[in-house]
Formats: sequence, C-alpha cells, structure tokens
Amino acid sequence: MAVPNGASRRAFLMGSVFALPVAAIGMRFLGAAEAARLAAPAIESYQPVFFANDEWRFILAACDRLIPADDVGPGALEANVPVFIDQELNGSYGKADNWYMQGPFDPNAPALMGYQLPYTPQELYRRGIRAVDAYARQTYQKPFTDLDAKTRDDVLTKLQRNQIDFAAFEEPVLKASAFFGFLLTNTQEGYLSDPMYGGNRGMEAWKMIGFPGARASFLEWIGQHNVKYPLGPVSVLGERA
Amino acid sequence: MTIVNDAVDAVIVGLGWTGSIMSIELAKAGLKVRALESGPERTNAEHVYPKPADQLGYSVRQKVFAKASKAALTVRHDRSQTALPTRRWGAFKPGDGVGGAGVHWTAVLIRPTPTDLKLKTFADQAYKPGQLQDDLQIQDFPVSYDELEPHFDFFEKVCGASGATGNLRGQIQPGGDPFEGPRSNPYPMPPLQDTLNTTMFAGVAKKMGYHPFPNPSAAVSGPWTNPYGVQLAPCNYCGFCSDYFCLNYSKASPQTTILDAVKRMPNFSYRTDSHVIRVDLHDDRKTAKGVTYIDDKGQEVFQPANIVILASFQFNNVRLMLQSGIGAPYDPATGEGVVGRNYAFLSNGNATLFFKDKNFNPFVSAGPTGQMINDFSPGTFDAAPFGFIGGAKLHSSQAGGAPIGMSLPAGTPSWGAGWKKGIKDWYGHSMKISITTTCMSYRDNYLDLDPTYKDPYGQPLLRMTFDWKQNELKLQQFLRDKVLAIVKELGPDSYTESFLKPDAHWDTTSYISTHNVGGAVMGDTPKDSAINKYLQSWDVHNVFVPGGNAFPQNFQANPTDMLGALSYYSVKAITEQYIKKPGPLVAA
Repeated sequence: MAVPNGASRRAFLMGSVFALPVAAIGMRFLGAAEAARLAAPAIESYQPVFFANDEWRFILAACDRLIPADDVGPGALEANVPVFIDQELNGSYGKADNWYMQGPFDPNAPALMGYQLPYTPQELYRRGIRAVDAYARQTYQKPFTDLDAKTRDDVLTKLQRNQIDFAAFEEPVLKASAFFGFLLTNTQEGYLSDPMYGGNRGMEAWKMIGFPGARASFLEWIGQHNVKYPLGPVSVLGERA
Repeated sequence: MTIVNDAVDAVIVGLGWTGSIMSIELAKAGLKVRALESGPERTNAEHVYPKPADQLGYSVRQKVFAKASKAALTVRHDRSQTALPTRRWGAFKPGDGVGGAGVHWTAVLIRPTPTDLKLKTFADQAYKPGQLQDDLQIQDFPVSYDELEPHFDFFEKVCGASGATGNLRGQIQPGGDPFEGPRSNPYPMPPLQDTLNTTMFAGVAKKMGYHPFPNPSAAVSGPWTNPYGVQLAPCNYCGFCSDYFCLNYSKASPQTTILDAVKRMPNFSYRTDSHVIRVDLHDDRKTAKGVTYIDDKGQEVFQPANIVILASFQFNNVRLMLQSGIGAPYDPATGEGVVGRNYAFLSNGNATLFFKDKNFNPFVSAGPTGQMINDFSPGTFDAAPFGFIGGAKLHSSQAGGAPIGMSLPAGTPSWGAGWKKGIKDWYGHSMKISITTTCMSYRDNYLDLDPTYKDPYGQPLLRMTFDWKQNELKLQQFLRDKVLAIVKELGPDSYTESFLKPDAHWDTTSYISTHNVGGAVMGDTPKDSAINKYLQSWDVHNVFVPGGNAFPQNFQANPTDMLGALSYYSVKAITEQYIKKPGPLVAA
C-alpha cells in the first residue's frame, strides 16, 4: 500500500492506527541512507505493544506537534518517535523497574524534591492521556487527536504551563505539567537516540544536526579544530546514513 | 537458616576502586581475601564497541549505575522536614556492580593541595574570629600531603595518569598547575590533546593572568603498562566516557587496572549480587567477626573474617556503620556522636557560550578533556574580604557530545518547529566555562537512618539532611563574576548561565556530581571522627572504612585520586602493622 508524502502522509498516519502491510522493496538498489531508513518499520506498519488504539492516536497527534514536519528536518512521526515511546513504556522504563516506588508518597512535595508520584510511566501516560482527552471533549467536543494543529498546540502549551486542571477531570494527583514533561522528554529522547530503540528512523535527526552516532573513534580528529566533521552517522547495529 | 561460608582473613564489602585496591594489596600480602559486591558482574567483554556508544541506554537510562529501587536514600533540606526518597537519581547517581563508579566515572584524576588537607589550620590563620559562619565544622585531614604523596604517585601509575606536571620536587614546571603540591615524579603520561574549547579557554585565561593546565586524566594519552602489569590502550576520544563503560580499554577502572591481576591470585575470590546488610560484632563490640549478606538467591549468608573492609560507596559505608552499631550515631542537636557527622557535597555552575561560526565537534572528546585553573582554591587567593572559605576548579571541559539534552541559546522554544530549528542551528556550536566548588561541613548537614522508608532487604534507607549555606552561596556569586569576565573576553554570540542564586536551596533533581563525602570522617580523635588516619574504626579495630566518607569536608579537586591514595596508605598500615599486631593503630 502506498503511503503519501508530506502533509497528506501525516493525515494518513493520523487516520489509521492499524497495522498495514508495507510493500516489499528491493533493498539492493537503494543507497545506504535509504536502506537504513527502511531497516526500521514504517510507523504505519507498526502495531503498538503498550498503547491502546485511542492512546496511540493521541501519541501520534501530540508528537506531530512537539516535533512537526517541515523542510528543516524530519518530524517526530517521520522519525518513528511514537514507536520509541511505545517500546520504552512497554519495557523496564515504563514499569519504573529501576525507580524506588515504595510508599508513603507525598505528591505535593516541593519540586526540588524530585519525582514523588505513585505512578509508573505506564500509569502516568494512561492517566495523562485520559485527562487531556476529557478536557478536549469538554472544551472542543472532540478528542485531542481530532483537533487541528493550532488547537493541539494551544492545548500542549496549556499543559506545559499547568493551565489545565487535571483534578477537574478525575485526575487529582497528576499535574498537567508533569504529564507534559514526560511526553516532551520521551519525544525528544526518541528523536535523538540510537535507532535500535525504535525512533530516529534512518538517523535523519542525527544527520540534520551533524552528530555522527556510534562512530566513537576520533584520534585523527582531535587535533583538527574548528573543522566541520564530514562523515554521516552510524548506528550501534551498524547501519550507515 | 543462615549459611556460613568458609572463613577468610579479610572480607571486602564492595568491589569498586577502594575495594579493588584493598583486595589486591591484601592478597599480595598473603591474606585470604573475599570481596562481596552488591551489584552484578561487569566485564569489558559485555561492553565492547559499539555497545557503549549509546546515550539513551548508558547515560539517560543509566545502564551501569546503581538502581534507585535498591540503593535510594531519603533527602530533606533541614531537620524540620520529612525526608523523601530519591525515587530516581537526580543530583547524584552512584554506581554499583564490579568496578563500582570506577566504570562510568569521568576520569579526572587530580590531587587535593597541601592546604586542602589542612583546611582548619589554614582557616585559623587566614580568617579573623567571627569572619566565617559559626556552624562551620571543618577539620584537618589527619594526614598530610607529604605522607600521602608516595601513594598518590603509585595510584597515578596504576591509572596511567596523563597530565602536565606543575610542581616537580618543588620546582614549578611550565604548563602545569603551579599551585599543586610537589610531585616526587612527573605524570606517568603526557596530557590528552586539546579540543577547540580548551584552547580558547586556556588562551584567554593565560592572557588574564591565570594559570591554565590540562585536566589531569585517567583516560590514557598513550599506551601504558601499570605496576600490576595491566595494559591500557591510547584513548581514541570516542565521546562516550562519563556515564559509560570505556569501549576502548583506555579509561582507568578497576577492570582495566587491577581486577585482571587480582583475579589470577588463588587467595582472592569474589561474589557478585551479594548485598551486605550488617557487620557482625563480637560480644565485647570491640571487634567484628564477619559480615552478613543476602546472596543472589535471596539467602542470608554469614561470612566470617578477621578483618572487615567497608569499601562500598560513601552512603552505604555510613549506613552499614549505623546499622551495625560501629561508632556512636551523630546527633546534630547536641553535636555528640560521630557516624553521620560532616556530610558534604559540592556545587557546580557554568556559562554556556554560543558561537555560530565555530565547530566544537563535541562528540570528539575524552571524559576528562578540558583545561582548568586552580587560581581560586583555598590559599591561592584571598577570600577573607568576601566572607567565605573555599574555592573551585574553574574549567572548560568537553566531556562528551551526545545530543539528548544539548544546550540551546536563551529564547529557543522548548518544543515545536522552533526547537527543531534550534537543535539544527546550534548543535556543536557551544562550549562551557564551569566551576566545581568546595563544600564545607556544618553542624546540621548530616546523615542518619530514615525512620520510615526501607530498601528491598528491609533495611532503613540512609537519610540525608543537607542544604546550601551562606558560605557556599557567597562562593558561587564570587565565582560567577570570575566566569563571566572570561566569557566577556571570549566574546560569544550569546551565552546562558547557571549559578546558585543567593537564596538557593539544594535542587535534588538536577545532576551536580557524585562526589558525596563525609559521614564517617577520618580525624585525630574519636570525639570528632569515626575513623583514624589509617581509616580504622576507633571503636571496632578490625573494621577499616576507605571511601569518600573519610573526607571531613569537600575540596575542589575530584575525589578519586584521594580515595586511591588513602586506600594505599591504609592498606600499607594494615599489612605492615595491623596483621602483625591487631589492635588500634592510633591511641584514642
């Protein structure tokens, strides 16, 4: 099934959450960069392992605004950032395996005391998405996913500034800004981390900024000051772009 | 039912830097030695190229660090508050597993100055009574620089220290730190190569009359074979160093310098995933009979031993002493007791300078890459008119350049199209000028056991009561002016700054460093210290406690060189004096 490019491609992604077959493409005719991009599954063929369908559409709609597509570089959807978030939430990060999660909890602790919520990232995302959707339905009579880009930006800005009272949407402990913080942090992580974690598809984000990834050997470059590094990135799994 | 192991001469709790040094030196002296490491095995083979070239796994998700689920403590600013757990790491992030923090450290290997070790004596000479805040509780180290010098020298050979010598047997050398104590030998290896930011910083610093020198490095600048016969490979500036396992066998760690040698010795053994929960004392409480640990199957095991070395991280050494009843717990209300007393941390600050037309290639670096000045350390400048004691390493380092969390100019949007344009325009076009400061000890910055929170073994978490004091906040403001003067000389397109405000409280969420010190400090008398100059418990003479816990306050130098030197100093006393005649090595 053909996937449109650009704006229509994003509209297409937002419209469907179901796994779609990707046309088999002969890799041998492709350049290294294109091969690396295709080594990762396209987002439209991806079946989320953590998010339910409505949640997945929310994540697509939010990531699309946190890092929008334009001619500066890839957007979060082209970079498969939602795949990264889904994978991370399904693993030890999502379950807070490495965090100290024994009570008692003091969710009203001052910010300087760090994370004190009783929720794992899995729980936090579920609750945050539900509250934002409840807010969107009350305010705009639609779920967040169905809002236009400008309105989604407005909602995200309100979340960041803690101007949406989650308590009014049956979420008395989680703050809007705390949910936004996780969403933004994980989106940017997925954009800039090694593609083996599911995001940064084709290492396009690294190419855009000039980070050479896992090359990790620069004895011949240490003495060359103020010279732009000429080589593209490699990944931990050995892809080149 | 408790399993009982075969008895050993010495049990080592923790197999990081200090535990590895103690293990090999005690084993060389012929003792039957067993190390018990709470965390997992960590081998070079598991972390070969390209695995560590992974920012998300190693640095962000902290693959080779201790897990807060097991190693959290509780924190609060003052005694009126209820302490809360560090549910995930923030201001500090300790290590665990074989090699401890020695696998993921930044590898700056720098000595404290002679003045740093006699800070109370210096303060009494340099300041008038009443000039400094009255809850200050600083003390001299009970050892002098000269006593430790041979041990700094040896540990630096173990690590292949790479740097520019500043003071060779009293003769000041060009290019090094003129304020360092005299060295009996030059650095084993020349310094690492400079990056663009370090040459820019050093050039301006020199012009302003300062004395820049390369950050002393334990990532080796060339091939090195250490005194144990272990070889290190030249650093290839891979850019994945601080937070990462070295992928090139270049960064000194217990694995790359000691463990391969000690593992060959038949009288040394070690167990991983073995979490010591207490030191068991004889009925007279003057000696320990061994330690109890929980093994990898969750079984309780007693390990009999004639000598117990607590070589865990600072937090855990203090906690084990409190749990085991070794030394009297400190009470900040009365000032009585010593275990938990004089906890200190450190502060940092920086300016980030943005230059559109410069390529810093931040991914080309070793952890220690940088140049620093020691012109603002105790005794190198007059701080008395400013009403504080202390100082800092003032440096421009480039410890790594992986992109998650990169610096962006003021006004860059935090998300959206503007953020994306920001990272495209500015990645690789910034450098930092930073301070890493001293931190004094105070009557009410201390450690004890938390009354509420427990670890997975059912043991109380350590509770940390700590906040910034006026002394440190004044120091920050003083140093901010110095940094901004350098920034002005460098003339960036723009810069951002991050220093402590005069009314700041400690932010537990934002990473500073893992140079936590004190809590079981070394000293001249059991009234104001938990351990003597040989790191021997005043109360239980067959317990020795090497670690950052021994520092009575924190100096501006990174702690590892001191930890190494103190461990060698202590183990020399154990092998040459204690095993011949067990008992207190210093009369109380």
